[in-house]
Amino acid sequence: MQPRLKIGVLYSRVRVEEKWIFGALEKRGIEYDRLDDRAIYFDLNNPKPWQTYDAVLERSISYNSGLYALRLLNAFGVPTVNTAAVAEICGDKLMTSAALARDGVPQPHNATAFTPEAALEAIEAFGYPVVLKPVVGSWGRLLAKINDRDAAEAVLEHKSTLGSALHSVFYIQEYIEKPGRDIRAIVIGDKVLTAMYRKSEHWITNTARGGEGELCPITPEIEELCLRAANSVGGGVLAVDLVEHPEKGLMVNEINHTMEFHTMQPVSGIDIAGEIVEYVMSVAKEKVEA
Amino acid sequence: MKTVTCPECEAQIELAAGVEVGEILVCSDCGVDLEVTALEPATVQLAPMEQEDWGE
Repeated sequence: MQPRLKIGVLYSRVRVEEKWIFGALEKRGIEYDRLDDRAIYFDLNNPKPWQTYDAVLERSISYNSGLYALRLLNAFGVPTVNTAAVAEICGDKLMTSAALARDGVPQPHNATAFTPEAALEAIEAFGYPVVLKPVVGSWGRLLAKINDRDAAEAVLEHKSTLGSALHSVFYIQEYIEKPGRDIRAIVIGDKVLTAMYRKSEHWITNTARGGEGELCPITPEIEELCLRAANSVGGGVLAVDLVEHPEKGLMVNEINHTMEFHTMQPVSGIDIAGEIVEYVMSVAKEKVEA
Repeated sequence: MKTVTCPECEAQIELAAGVEVGEILVCSDCGVDLEVTALEPATVQLAPMEQEDWGE
């Protein structure tokens, strides 16, 4: 008789996505524990309690908490969705860009510098307008569209003076005149499940910043690019953000590893939470059967 | 129907059926984010503020 699989779900708060995921687990009669990342701790001398899980799904709202939890769980031999290696790449825009560049996946032109002086030189080489992003950040926070040298000098000084050390990793990206939207696609394993346009008058199209969702047909080009992007970062349960460059065409902007989908699930009509749970169970079974 | 008091403005908030511990509500009077910390008895606290590394 097959032993009953036990799943852990690491979370910070119960958003609608977590409610859907818990519901999907319960509907399938799967044994699972809710692990509040604010309440748990890892004793490195005692990994056994964690090793009772056949897989852990990471749904932390905090990148740092989630990432360190994944690192420890993977070190304990516990399979996770996603893996720490995937989270490390996806959670850092520069690491994502490096992986995409290594694999020749189309992405916006970008450069990185470590001092305001070098960053200004790179920005002047790009020409204006140009975009500055924090290497670690989400929900469209702290993005800057730099329209001229005065703005470049001011923003670079503010970041280097007021920000943490990580804000002195200056990630510079070409500004793309988007057609009033970008595209988010959900990729689980080797399937592009669904895609959505995020429309906004503003150049920042995150739904967290007011972007509105509309179903986007998955063309062969979108599918191929999304799968290449997912493969490049290691695969798993991912949200791939694409941008339509007016001259260069479709390219990958970034990839999210603990995606929200409260807009995509109703817009697409697809049970994304259920698909995530199925994927987690396949990861758990793979470990148990190995 | 469970009712809680907003710790910020003392508005009476009715919790929807099926609400779970860990859920975030918005106080309809003052707009502050509240987290449901218990159901028996129903309890809310001010939700933690967004941190720099939060997101997806």
